Amino acid sequence: MPESSETKKTLKKKIVFKPSYFSFPYILLCAIFVVLPLILVFVYAFIDDKTGHFTFSNFAEVFTSANLILLLRTIGIALLTTLICLLIAYPTALILASSPFNKFVILALLFIIPMWMNFVLRVIALKELLTLIGVKNGLFASVIGMVYDFLPFMLLPIYTVLTDMDKSYSEAASDLGANGFKTFVKVTLPLSAKGIASGITMVFMPVFSAYAITDMLGNNNTTLIGKIINELFINSGTWGVGSAFSFVLLLLVFGTMILSNLVGKSPKAKGGAK
Amino acid sequence: MKSTKSKLFLCFKWAFLIIVLACIYLPILLIIVYSFSGEPNIGGVNGFGQFTFALYKKLFTNSPRLMDATKNTLIIGVSSALIATFIGTLTSVGLYYLRKGKKAVNFVSEITVVNADIVTAVGFFLLSIFLTRIGLPVEKGMGWLIVAHAVITTPYVILTVSPRLHQLNPNLYEAGLDLGAGPMRSLFTVIVPQLIGGMVSGFALAFTLSLDDFVVTNLNKGTNGVETITTFVYASLRRSLDPAIRALSTIIFVIVLVALIIFNVVKNKKLKTQQKIIK
Repeated sequence: MPESSETKKTLKKKIVFKPSYFSFPYILLCAIFVVLPLILVFVYAFIDDKTGHFTFSNFAEVFTSANLILLLRTIGIALLTTLICLLIAYPTALILASSPFNKFVILALLFIIPMWMNFVLRVIALKELLTLIGVKNGLFASVIGMVYDFLPFMLLPIYTVLTDMDKSYSEAASDLGANGFKTFVKVTLPLSAKGIASGITMVFMPVFSAYAITDMLGNNNTTLIGKIINELFINSGTWGVGSAFSFVLLLLVFGTMILSNLVGKSPKAKGGAK
Repeated sequence: MKSTKSKLFLCFKWAFLIIVLACIYLPILLIIVYSFSGEPNIGGVNGFGQFTFALYKKLFTNSPRLMDATKNTLIIGVSSALIATFIGTLTSVGLYYLRKGKKAVNFVSEITVVNADIVTAVGFFLLSIFLTRIGLPVEKGMGWLIVAHAVITTPYVILTVSPRLHQLNPNLYEAGLDLGAGPMRSLFTVIVPQLIGGMVSGFALAFTLSLDDFVVTNLNKGTNGVETITTFVYASLRRSLDPAIRALSTIIFVIVLVALIIFNVVKNKKLKTQQKIIK
Protein backbone atom coordinates (compact mmCIF):
# COMPACT_ATOMS: atom_id res chain seq x y z
CA MET A 1 0.00 0.00 0.00
CA PRO A 2 2.56 2.64 0.93
CA GLU A 3 4.48 1.72 -2.21
CA SER A 4 1.55 2.41 -4.53
CA SER A 5 0.73 5.74 -2.90
CA GLU A 6 4.36 6.68 -3.32
CA THR A 7 4.32 5.89 -7.02
CA LYS A 8 1.12 7.91 -7.33
CA LYS A 9 2.83 10.84 -5.70
CA THR A 10 5.76 10.71 -8.08
CA LEU A 11 3.32 10.42 -10.97
CA LYS A 12 1.48 13.48 -9.81
CA LYS A 13 4.70 15.42 -9.65
CA LYS A 14 5.70 14.36 -13.14
CA ILE A 15 2.36 14.89 -14.83
CA VAL A 16 0.89 18.30 -14.46
CA PHE A 17 -1.93 17.45 -16.86
CA LYS A 18 -4.65 15.36 -15.22
CA PRO A 19 -7.06 13.42 -17.45
CA SER A 20 -9.96 15.10 -15.69
CA TYR A 21 -8.88 18.31 -17.42
CA PHE A 22 -10.41 16.93 -20.61
CA SER A 23 -13.80 17.90 -19.20
CA PHE A 24 -12.84 21.55 -18.78
CA PRO A 25 -13.69 22.76 -22.30
CA TYR A 26 -17.20 21.44 -21.86
CA ILE A 27 -17.54 22.98 -18.41
CA LEU A 28 -16.60 26.33 -19.93
CA LEU A 29 -19.04 25.72 -22.78
CA CYS A 30 -21.82 24.91 -20.32
CA ALA A 31 -21.12 28.10 -18.40
CA ILE A 32 -21.45 30.21 -21.54
CA PHE A 33 -24.13 28.37 -23.51
CA VAL A 34 -26.28 26.70 -20.86
CA VAL A 35 -26.01 28.59 -17.58
CA LEU A 36 -25.60 32.12 -18.95
CA PRO A 37 -28.72 31.90 -21.20
CA LEU A 38 -30.78 30.73 -18.21
CA ILE A 39 -29.50 33.70 -16.21
CA LEU A 40 -30.38 35.97 -19.13
CA VAL A 41 -33.92 34.56 -19.26
CA PHE A 42 -34.21 35.20 -15.54
CA VAL A 43 -32.88 38.77 -15.81
CA TYR A 44 -34.99 39.72 -18.84
CA ALA A 45 -38.09 38.36 -17.10
CA PHE A 46 -37.76 41.19 -14.55
CA ILE A 47 -36.89 44.00 -16.95
CA ASP A 48 -39.45 46.33 -18.43
CA ASP A 49 -39.06 46.34 -22.22
CA LYS A 50 -39.78 50.05 -22.61
CA THR A 51 -37.96 51.59 -19.68
CA GLY A 52 -35.29 48.98 -18.97
CA HIS A 53 -36.06 49.12 -15.25
CA PHE A 54 -36.75 46.33 -12.79
CA THR A 55 -40.40 45.29 -12.83
CA PHE A 56 -42.88 42.53 -11.97
CA SER A 57 -45.27 43.64 -14.69
CA ASN A 58 -44.04 40.95 -17.12
CA PHE A 59 -45.36 38.28 -14.78
CA ALA A 60 -48.62 40.16 -14.40
CA GLU A 61 -48.90 39.92 -18.20
CA VAL A 62 -48.18 36.19 -18.12
CA PHE A 63 -50.95 35.58 -15.62
CA THR A 64 -53.71 37.46 -17.42
CA SER A 65 -56.77 35.29 -17.90
CA ALA A 66 -56.21 34.83 -21.65
CA ASN A 67 -52.64 33.68 -21.18
CA LEU A 68 -53.57 31.53 -18.22
CA ILE A 69 -56.12 29.73 -20.38
CA LEU A 70 -53.40 29.24 -22.98
CA LEU A 71 -51.03 27.79 -20.39
CA LEU A 72 -53.71 25.49 -18.96
CA ARG A 73 -54.69 24.37 -22.45
CA THR A 74 -51.08 23.54 -23.25
CA ILE A 75 -50.78 21.57 -20.02
CA GLY A 76 -54.03 19.80 -20.90
CA ILE A 77 -52.83 18.82 -24.38
CA ALA A 78 -49.50 17.70 -22.92
CA LEU A 79 -51.23 15.55 -20.29
CA LEU A 80 -53.58 14.03 -22.84
CA THR A 81 -50.72 13.25 -25.23
CA THR A 82 -48.63 11.73 -22.44
CA LEU A 83 -51.52 9.60 -21.23
CA ILE A 84 -52.41 8.25 -24.69
CA CYS A 85 -48.73 7.61 -25.47
CA LEU A 86 -48.41 5.67 -22.22
CA LEU A 87 -51.59 3.66 -22.86
CA ILE A 88 -50.32 2.62 -26.31
CA ALA A 89 -46.61 2.34 -25.51
CA TYR A 90 -46.82 0.30 -22.34
CA PRO A 91 -48.75 -2.69 -23.74
CA THR A 92 -46.64 -2.52 -26.91
CA ALA A 93 -43.42 -2.60 -24.90
CA LEU A 94 -44.78 -5.36 -22.68
CA ILE A 95 -45.64 -7.52 -25.70
CA LEU A 96 -42.34 -6.77 -27.46
CA ALA A 97 -40.36 -7.72 -24.37
CA SER A 98 -42.35 -10.93 -23.75
CA SER A 99 -41.44 -14.33 -24.99
CA PRO A 100 -42.19 -15.17 -28.57
CA PHE A 101 -41.73 -11.54 -29.62
CA ASN A 102 -38.39 -10.74 -28.01
CA LYS A 103 -36.65 -13.12 -30.43
CA PHE A 104 -37.26 -10.74 -33.33
CA VAL A 105 -35.02 -7.76 -32.75
CA ILE A 106 -36.22 -6.26 -36.02
CA LEU A 107 -39.79 -6.10 -34.68
CA ALA A 108 -38.83 -3.69 -31.89
CA LEU A 109 -36.68 -1.76 -34.34
CA LEU A 110 -39.72 -1.22 -36.58
CA PHE A 111 -41.38 0.79 -33.83
CA ILE A 112 -38.36 3.00 -33.32
CA ILE A 113 -37.41 3.71 -36.94
CA PRO A 114 -39.80 6.67 -37.38
CA MET A 115 -38.00 8.44 -34.53
CA TRP A 116 -35.00 8.81 -36.81
CA MET A 117 -36.96 10.45 -39.59
CA ASN A 118 -37.59 14.19 -39.64
CA PHE A 119 -40.72 14.86 -37.56
CA VAL A 120 -42.08 17.62 -39.77
CA LEU A 121 -42.01 15.31 -42.78
CA ARG A 122 -43.77 12.61 -40.76
CA VAL A 123 -46.44 14.99 -39.52
CA ILE A 124 -46.98 16.29 -43.07
CA ALA A 125 -47.48 12.66 -44.13
CA LEU A 126 -49.98 12.18 -41.30
CA LYS A 127 -51.77 15.38 -42.32
CA GLU A 128 -52.19 14.04 -45.85
CA LEU A 129 -53.61 10.79 -44.53
CA LEU A 130 -55.98 12.54 -42.12
CA THR A 131 -57.24 14.84 -44.87
CA LEU A 132 -57.73 11.81 -47.11
CA ILE A 133 -59.93 10.02 -44.55
CA GLY A 134 -61.80 13.21 -43.71
CA VAL A 135 -60.40 14.20 -40.31
CA LYS A 136 -60.45 17.98 -40.08
CA ASN A 137 -57.83 20.15 -38.41
CA GLY A 138 -58.52 20.67 -34.75
CA LEU A 139 -57.87 19.35 -31.27
CA PHE A 140 -58.46 15.72 -32.25
CA ALA A 141 -56.09 15.85 -35.20
CA SER A 142 -53.52 17.75 -33.12
CA VAL A 143 -53.48 15.16 -30.38
CA ILE A 144 -53.19 12.36 -32.97
CA GLY A 145 -50.23 14.22 -34.44
CA MET A 146 -48.60 14.64 -31.04
CA VAL A 147 -49.05 10.97 -30.17
CA TYR A 148 -47.74 9.99 -33.60
CA ASP A 149 -44.62 12.08 -33.07
CA PHE A 150 -43.89 11.23 -29.45
CA LEU A 151 -44.88 7.55 -29.23
CA PRO A 152 -41.33 6.20 -29.86
CA PHE A 153 -39.97 8.44 -27.10
CA MET A 154 -42.37 6.84 -24.64
CA LEU A 155 -41.87 3.35 -26.02
CA LEU A 156 -38.08 3.22 -26.01
CA PRO A 157 -37.37 3.80 -22.27
CA ILE A 158 -40.20 1.47 -21.18
CA TYR A 159 -39.07 -1.23 -23.62
CA THR A 160 -35.46 -0.90 -22.42
CA VAL A 161 -36.45 -1.25 -18.78
CA LEU A 162 -38.71 -4.24 -19.50
CA THR A 163 -36.08 -6.13 -21.51
CA ASP A 164 -33.40 -5.46 -18.89
CA MET A 165 -35.69 -6.64 -16.10
CA ASP A 166 -34.73 -9.80 -14.28
CA LYS A 167 -37.41 -12.32 -15.32
CA SER A 168 -36.91 -14.33 -12.12
CA TYR A 169 -38.90 -11.73 -10.14
CA SER A 170 -42.11 -12.35 -12.05
CA GLU A 171 -41.41 -16.09 -12.12
CA ALA A 172 -41.01 -16.02 -8.36
CA ALA A 173 -44.30 -14.15 -8.04
CA SER A 174 -46.19 -16.73 -10.11
CA ASP A 175 -44.45 -19.56 -8.23
CA LEU A 176 -45.74 -18.05 -5.02
CA GLY A 177 -49.27 -18.19 -6.39
CA ALA A 178 -49.87 -14.78 -7.93
CA ASN A 179 -51.91 -14.85 -11.13
CA GLY A 180 -50.84 -13.03 -14.28
CA PHE A 181 -52.65 -9.83 -13.42
CA LYS A 182 -51.41 -9.74 -9.85
CA THR A 183 -47.84 -10.41 -10.96
CA PHE A 184 -48.09 -7.53 -13.37
CA VAL A 185 -49.50 -5.06 -10.84
CA LYS A 186 -47.28 -6.09 -7.94
CA VAL A 187 -44.02 -6.86 -9.70
CA THR A 188 -43.66 -5.83 -13.33
CA LEU A 189 -45.33 -2.42 -13.10
CA PRO A 190 -43.37 -1.13 -10.05
CA LEU A 191 -40.11 -2.43 -11.50
CA SER A 192 -40.73 -0.57 -14.75
CA ALA A 193 -41.59 2.72 -13.00
CA LYS A 194 -38.23 4.16 -13.95
CA GLY A 195 -38.90 3.60 -17.64
CA ILE A 196 -42.36 5.12 -17.33
CA ALA A 197 -40.91 8.15 -15.53
CA SER A 198 -38.30 8.82 -18.19
CA GLY A 199 -40.91 8.20 -20.91
CA ILE A 200 -43.16 10.82 -19.33
CA THR A 201 -40.33 13.39 -19.17
CA MET A 202 -39.52 12.63 -22.81
CA VAL A 203 -43.10 13.42 -23.84
CA PHE A 204 -44.74 15.82 -21.39
CA MET A 205 -42.40 18.84 -21.51
CA PRO A 206 -41.51 18.58 -25.24
CA VAL A 207 -45.22 18.97 -26.10
CA PHE A 208 -45.04 22.56 -24.78
CA SER A 209 -42.61 23.42 -27.59
CA ALA A 210 -44.17 21.26 -30.31
CA TYR A 211 -46.19 24.10 -31.81
CA ALA A 212 -45.14 23.04 -35.31
CA ILE A 213 -47.50 20.07 -34.94
CA THR A 214 -50.50 22.07 -33.74
CA ASP A 215 -49.86 24.62 -36.48
CA MET A 216 -50.01 21.85 -39.08
CA LEU A 217 -52.92 19.88 -37.62
CA GLY A 218 -54.75 22.25 -35.29
CA ASN A 219 -56.78 25.43 -35.47
CA ASN A 220 -57.07 28.64 -33.45
CA ASN A 221 -58.17 26.70 -30.39
CA THR A 222 -55.06 24.54 -30.19
CA THR A 223 -52.37 27.23 -30.06
CA LEU A 224 -49.58 26.18 -27.72
CA ILE A 225 -47.60 28.33 -25.34
CA GLY A 226 -44.42 27.61 -27.33
CA LYS A 227 -45.79 29.45 -30.34
CA ILE A 228 -46.73 32.49 -28.28
CA ILE A 229 -43.25 32.67 -26.74
CA ASN A 230 -41.68 32.36 -30.19
CA GLU A 231 -43.83 35.23 -31.47
CA LEU A 232 -43.04 37.40 -28.45
CA PHE A 233 -39.37 37.17 -29.40
CA ILE A 234 -39.77 37.61 -33.13
CA ASN A 235 -41.58 40.89 -32.46
CA SER A 236 -39.21 43.29 -30.76
CA GLY A 237 -40.35 45.02 -27.59
CA THR A 238 -41.97 42.01 -25.97
CA TRP A 239 -38.90 40.09 -24.85
CA GLY A 240 -39.58 40.75 -21.18
CA VAL A 241 -42.98 39.06 -21.31
CA GLY A 242 -41.48 36.25 -23.42
CA SER A 243 -38.75 35.75 -20.83
CA ALA A 244 -41.28 35.71 -18.01
CA PHE A 245 -43.21 33.02 -19.92
CA SER A 246 -40.01 31.06 -20.43
CA PHE A 247 -39.19 31.41 -16.76
CA VAL A 248 -42.56 29.91 -15.81
CA LEU A 249 -41.89 27.02 -18.21
CA LEU A 250 -38.45 26.57 -16.68
CA LEU A 251 -40.03 26.15 -13.25
CA LEU A 252 -42.34 23.51 -14.76
CA VAL A 253 -39.30 21.75 -16.24
CA PHE A 254 -37.59 21.64 -12.86
CA GLY A 255 -40.83 20.41 -11.31
CA THR A 256 -41.10 17.47 -13.72
CA MET A 257 -37.37 16.78 -13.32
CA ILE A 258 -37.73 16.45 -9.53
CA LEU A 259 -40.95 14.45 -9.85
CA SER A 260 -39.50 11.97 -12.33
CA ASN A 261 -36.41 11.54 -10.16
CA LEU A 262 -38.67 10.71 -7.21
CA VAL A 263 -40.71 8.19 -9.23
CA GLY A 264 -37.54 6.66 -10.68
CA LYS A 265 -36.09 6.11 -7.25
CA SER A 266 -39.20 4.94 -5.40
CA PRO A 267 -39.26 1.21 -6.34
CA LYS A 268 -35.63 0.76 -5.38
CA ALA A 269 -36.13 2.52 -2.08
CA LYS A 270 -39.18 0.37 -1.35
CA GLY A 271 -37.35 -2.81 -2.25
CA GLY A 272 -34.52 -1.84 0.04
CA ALA A 273 -36.83 -1.09 2.92
CA LYS A 274 -38.63 -4.39 2.64
CA MET B 1 -58.47 -25.60 -22.81
CA LYS B 2 -55.64 -23.53 -21.47
CA SER B 3 -53.63 -23.81 -24.65
CA THR B 4 -56.45 -22.47 -26.81
CA LYS B 5 -56.80 -19.60 -24.38
CA SER B 6 -53.09 -18.76 -24.55
CA LYS B 7 -53.18 -19.15 -28.34
CA LEU B 8 -56.03 -16.67 -28.49
CA PHE B 9 -54.03 -14.36 -26.27
CA LEU B 10 -51.03 -14.67 -28.59
CA CYS B 11 -53.21 -13.78 -31.59
CA PHE B 12 -54.50 -10.79 -29.71
CA LYS B 13 -50.93 -9.66 -29.01
CA TRP B 14 -49.96 -9.98 -32.67
CA ALA B 15 -53.06 -8.09 -33.69
CA PHE B 16 -52.25 -5.28 -31.27
CA LEU B 17 -48.70 -4.93 -32.57
CA ILE B 18 -49.83 -5.02 -36.18
CA ILE B 19 -52.47 -2.34 -35.62
CA VAL B 20 -49.95 -0.01 -33.93
CA LEU B 21 -47.41 -0.65 -36.70
CA ALA B 22 -50.04 0.01 -39.35
CA CYS B 23 -50.89 3.35 -37.73
CA ILE B 24 -47.21 4.26 -37.67
CA TYR B 25 -46.47 3.31 -41.27
CA LEU B 26 -49.69 4.14 -43.14
CA PRO B 27 -48.88 7.88 -43.48
CA ILE B 28 -45.32 7.16 -44.58
CA LEU B 29 -46.53 4.53 -47.03
CA LEU B 30 -49.04 6.98 -48.48
CA ILE B 31 -46.27 9.52 -49.09
CA ILE B 32 -43.99 6.91 -50.65
CA VAL B 33 -46.75 5.71 -53.02
CA TYR B 34 -47.68 9.26 -54.01
CA SER B 35 -44.05 10.24 -54.53
CA PHE B 36 -44.43 8.31 -57.80
CA SER B 37 -47.59 10.13 -58.79
CA GLY B 38 -47.77 13.08 -61.12
CA GLU B 39 -50.68 14.62 -59.23
CA PRO B 40 -49.92 17.81 -57.29
CA ASN B 41 -52.33 16.90 -54.48
CA ILE B 42 -52.93 13.61 -52.72
CA GLY B 43 -56.53 12.46 -53.00
CA GLY B 44 -57.46 14.80 -55.82
CA VAL B 45 -60.22 14.06 -58.34
CA ASN B 46 -57.81 12.18 -60.61
CA GLY B 47 -56.82 9.71 -57.88
CA PHE B 48 -53.30 8.44 -58.24
CA GLY B 49 -52.93 9.54 -61.85
CA GLN B 50 -49.96 8.32 -63.78
CA PHE B 51 -46.93 6.50 -62.42
CA THR B 52 -43.93 8.79 -62.93
CA PHE B 53 -40.59 9.82 -61.49
CA ALA B 54 -41.42 13.47 -62.16
CA LEU B 55 -41.33 14.50 -58.51
CA TYR B 56 -37.83 13.09 -58.08
CA LYS B 57 -36.73 14.92 -61.20
CA LYS B 58 -38.33 18.09 -59.92
CA LEU B 59 -36.64 17.73 -56.52
CA PHE B 60 -33.18 17.68 -58.07
CA THR B 61 -33.69 20.11 -60.91
CA ASN B 62 -36.56 22.43 -60.16
CA SER B 63 -36.92 22.82 -56.38
CA PRO B 64 -34.06 25.19 -55.57
CA ARG B 65 -35.41 26.35 -52.21
CA LEU B 66 -36.13 22.84 -50.99
CA MET B 67 -32.67 21.72 -52.13
CA ASP B 68 -31.07 24.72 -50.37
CA ALA B 69 -32.91 23.82 -47.18
CA THR B 70 -31.72 20.21 -47.49
CA LYS B 71 -28.13 21.37 -48.00
CA ASN B 72 -28.30 23.70 -44.99
CA THR B 73 -29.80 20.93 -42.89
CA LEU B 74 -26.97 18.57 -43.84
CA ILE B 75 -24.23 21.18 -43.28
CA ILE B 76 -25.60 22.14 -39.86
CA GLY B 77 -26.26 18.51 -38.93
CA VAL B 78 -22.85 17.15 -39.92
CA SER B 79 -20.76 20.00 -38.51
CA SER B 80 -22.65 20.26 -35.23
CA ALA B 81 -22.62 16.47 -34.79
CA LEU B 82 -18.86 16.35 -35.45
CA ILE B 83 -18.23 19.08 -32.87
CA ALA B 84 -20.60 17.41 -30.40
CA THR B 85 -18.92 14.02 -30.89
CA PHE B 86 -15.45 15.50 -30.35
CA ILE B 87 -16.36 17.54 -27.26
CA GLY B 88 -18.67 14.84 -25.92
CA THR B 89 -15.99 12.16 -26.10
CA LEU B 90 -13.36 14.45 -24.59
CA THR B 91 -15.77 15.35 -21.80
CA SER B 92 -16.76 11.74 -21.12
CA VAL B 93 -13.10 10.86 -20.57
CA GLY B 94 -12.60 13.96 -18.41
CA LEU B 95 -15.72 13.29 -16.34
CA TYR B 96 -14.64 9.69 -15.84
CA TYR B 97 -11.53 10.89 -14.04
CA LEU B 98 -13.10 13.98 -12.49
CA ARG B 99 -13.60 13.71 -8.72
CA LYS B 100 -15.10 17.00 -7.60
CA GLY B 101 -17.93 18.73 -9.35
CA LYS B 102 -18.99 15.71 -11.42
CA LYS B 103 -22.54 15.94 -10.11
CA ALA B 104 -22.76 19.62 -10.98
CA VAL B 105 -21.61 19.01 -14.57
CA ASN B 106 -24.04 16.11 -14.97
CA PHE B 107 -26.86 18.25 -13.60
CA VAL B 108 -26.14 21.08 -16.03
CA SER B 109 -26.00 18.72 -19.00
CA GLU B 110 -29.24 17.10 -17.79
CA ILE B 111 -30.83 20.55 -17.91
CA THR B 112 -29.93 20.76 -21.60
CA VAL B 113 -31.62 17.41 -22.21
CA VAL B 114 -34.86 17.94 -20.29
CA ASN B 115 -35.32 21.67 -20.79
CA ALA B 116 -38.24 22.70 -22.99
CA ASP B 117 -36.97 23.40 -26.51
CA ILE B 118 -38.60 26.80 -26.58
CA VAL B 119 -36.74 27.88 -23.43
CA THR B 120 -33.45 26.69 -24.95
CA ALA B 121 -34.31 28.61 -28.10
CA VAL B 122 -35.07 31.76 -26.11
CA GLY B 123 -31.81 31.30 -24.19
CA PHE B 124 -29.74 31.22 -27.39
CA PHE B 125 -31.68 34.16 -28.77
CA LEU B 126 -30.96 36.29 -25.70
CA LEU B 127 -27.35 35.07 -25.58
CA SER B 128 -26.71 36.25 -29.14
CA ILE B 129 -27.97 39.70 -28.16
CA PHE B 130 -25.96 39.73 -24.95
CA LEU B 131 -22.75 38.71 -26.73
CA THR B 132 -23.27 41.39 -29.36
CA ARG B 133 -23.79 43.99 -26.62
CA ILE B 134 -20.55 43.13 -24.84
CA GLY B 135 -18.62 43.50 -28.08
CA LEU B 136 -18.67 40.00 -29.55
CA PRO B 137 -20.74 40.47 -32.71
CA VAL B 138 -22.81 37.33 -33.08
CA GLU B 139 -24.99 37.07 -36.12
CA LYS B 140 -27.88 34.67 -36.03
CA GLY B 141 -27.64 32.30 -38.96
CA MET B 142 -25.75 29.24 -40.09
CA GLY B 143 -22.72 29.57 -37.77
CA TRP B 144 -24.83 30.36 -34.74
CA LEU B 145 -27.11 27.40 -35.49
CA ILE B 146 -24.12 25.06 -35.71
CA VAL B 147 -22.92 26.27 -32.29
CA ALA B 148 -26.42 25.96 -30.80
CA HIS B 149 -27.01 22.46 -32.19
CA ALA B 150 -23.56 21.32 -31.02
CA VAL B 151 -24.26 22.55 -27.49
CA ILE B 152 -27.71 20.93 -27.43
CA THR B 153 -26.52 17.54 -28.71
CA THR B 154 -23.25 17.18 -26.77
CA PRO B 155 -25.00 15.81 -23.63
CA TYR B 156 -26.48 13.02 -25.75
CA VAL B 157 -23.01 12.07 -26.97
CA ILE B 158 -21.78 12.05 -23.37
CA LEU B 159 -24.73 9.82 -22.43
CA THR B 160 -23.85 7.34 -25.19
CA VAL B 161 -20.07 7.34 -24.76
CA SER B 162 -19.85 7.35 -20.94
CA PRO B 163 -21.26 3.84 -20.38
CA ARG B 164 -18.63 2.35 -22.73
CA LEU B 165 -15.92 4.13 -20.79
CA HIS B 166 -16.98 2.41 -17.60
CA GLN B 167 -16.38 -0.96 -19.26
CA LEU B 168 -12.74 -0.02 -19.87
CA ASN B 169 -9.82 -0.66 -17.58
CA PRO B 170 -9.34 2.66 -15.74
CA ASN B 171 -5.57 2.21 -15.80
CA LEU B 172 -5.34 2.20 -19.60
CA TYR B 173 -4.83 5.95 -19.80
CA GLU B 174 -2.07 5.93 -17.21
CA ALA B 175 -0.49 2.94 -18.94
CA GLY B 176 -0.27 5.10 -22.05
CA LEU B 177 1.39 7.85 -20.05
CA ASP B 178 3.80 5.41 -18.41
CA LEU B 179 4.82 4.22 -21.85
CA GLY B 180 5.74 7.75 -22.78
CA ALA B 181 2.74 9.12 -24.63
CA GLY B 182 1.54 12.64 -23.82
CA PRO B 183 -2.00 13.23 -22.50
CA MET B 184 -3.44 13.98 -25.95
CA ARG B 185 -1.67 11.08 -27.60
CA SER B 186 -2.66 8.77 -24.79
CA LEU B 187 -6.27 9.87 -25.23
CA PHE B 188 -6.36 9.46 -28.98
CA THR B 189 -4.31 6.27 -29.38
CA VAL B 190 -5.33 4.36 -26.25
CA ILE B 191 -8.78 5.47 -25.10
CA VAL B 192 -10.55 6.76 -28.22
CA PRO B 193 -10.11 3.59 -30.34
CA GLN B 194 -11.95 1.66 -27.62
CA LEU B 195 -14.83 4.13 -27.75
CA ILE B 196 -15.41 4.18 -31.52
CA GLY B 197 -18.68 2.24 -31.22
CA GLY B 198 -20.11 4.68 -28.73
CA MET B 199 -18.86 7.64 -30.72
CA VAL B 200 -20.58 6.41 -33.88
CA SER B 201 -23.87 5.98 -31.99
CA GLY B 202 -23.38 9.38 -30.40
CA PHE B 203 -22.70 11.01 -33.76
CA ALA B 204 -25.78 9.38 -35.30
CA LEU B 205 -27.93 10.54 -32.39
CA ALA B 206 -26.54 14.09 -32.49
CA PHE B 207 -27.02 14.25 -36.27
CA THR B 208 -30.65 13.07 -36.07
CA LEU B 209 -31.46 15.45 -33.24
CA SER B 210 -30.03 18.30 -35.28
CA LEU B 211 -32.09 17.31 -38.36
CA ASP B 212 -35.19 17.05 -36.20
CA ASP B 213 -34.78 20.39 -34.47
CA PHE B 214 -37.35 22.99 -35.28
CA VAL B 215 -37.90 25.30 -32.32
CA VAL B 216 -34.29 26.39 -31.70
CA THR B 217 -33.61 26.75 -35.42
CA ASN B 218 -36.76 28.76 -36.05
CA LEU B 219 -35.86 31.40 -33.48
CA ASN B 220 -32.12 31.53 -34.22
CA LYS B 221 -31.89 31.27 -38.01
CA GLY B 222 -31.73 35.04 -38.35
CA THR B 223 -33.06 37.09 -41.19
CA ASN B 224 -30.58 36.07 -43.89
CA GLY B 225 -32.91 33.42 -45.24
CA VAL B 226 -31.15 30.39 -43.80
CA GLU B 227 -33.78 27.65 -43.82
CA THR B 228 -33.57 24.01 -42.83
CA ILE B 229 -35.97 21.33 -44.02
CA THR B 230 -38.14 21.71 -40.92
CA THR B 231 -38.34 25.51 -40.99
CA PHE B 232 -38.83 25.54 -44.77
CA VAL B 233 -41.71 23.08 -44.67
CA TYR B 234 -43.23 24.96 -41.73
CA ALA B 235 -42.91 28.30 -43.50
CA SER B 236 -44.45 27.01 -46.72
CA LEU B 237 -47.53 25.68 -44.92
CA ARG B 238 -49.28 28.99 -45.45
CA ARG B 239 -48.58 28.84 -49.15
CA SER B 240 -48.77 25.56 -51.04
CA LEU B 241 -46.23 22.93 -50.23
CA ASP B 242 -43.84 21.85 -52.99
CA PRO B 243 -45.04 18.32 -53.91
CA ALA B 244 -41.38 17.34 -54.39
CA ILE B 245 -41.35 17.09 -50.58
CA ARG B 246 -42.87 13.62 -51.12
CA ALA B 247 -39.81 12.52 -53.07
CA LEU B 248 -37.52 13.99 -50.42
CA SER B 249 -39.44 12.25 -47.60
CA THR B 250 -39.19 8.92 -49.43
CA ILE B 251 -35.44 9.32 -49.97
CA ILE B 252 -34.87 10.24 -46.31
CA PHE B 253 -37.00 7.32 -45.13
CA VAL B 254 -35.10 4.84 -47.31
CA ILE B 255 -31.73 6.20 -46.12
CA VAL B 256 -32.81 5.95 -42.46
CA LEU B 257 -34.11 2.42 -43.00
CA VAL B 258 -30.94 1.19 -44.75
CA ALA B 259 -28.64 2.90 -42.24
CA LEU B 260 -30.46 1.42 -39.26
CA ILE B 261 -30.53 -2.09 -40.75
CA ILE B 262 -26.80 -1.96 -41.54
CA PHE B 263 -26.06 -0.56 -38.08
CA ASN B 264 -28.00 -3.36 -36.37
CA VAL B 265 -26.55 -6.12 -38.55
CA VAL B 266 -23.01 -4.92 -37.76
CA LYS B 267 -23.85 -4.65 -34.05
CA ASN B 268 -25.33 -8.16 -33.94
CA LYS B 269 -22.33 -9.60 -35.78
CA LYS B 270 -19.97 -7.94 -33.32
CA LEU B 271 -22.03 -9.25 -30.40
CA LYS B 272 -21.92 -12.77 -31.83
CA THR B 273 -18.14 -12.71 -32.37
CA GLN B 274 -17.72 -11.33 -28.85
CA GLN B 275 -19.84 -14.14 -27.46
CA LYS B 276 -17.75 -16.65 -29.43
CA ILE B 277 -14.54 -15.18 -28.01
CA ILE B 278 -15.95 -15.37 -24.50
CA LYS B 279 -16.95 -18.99 -25.04
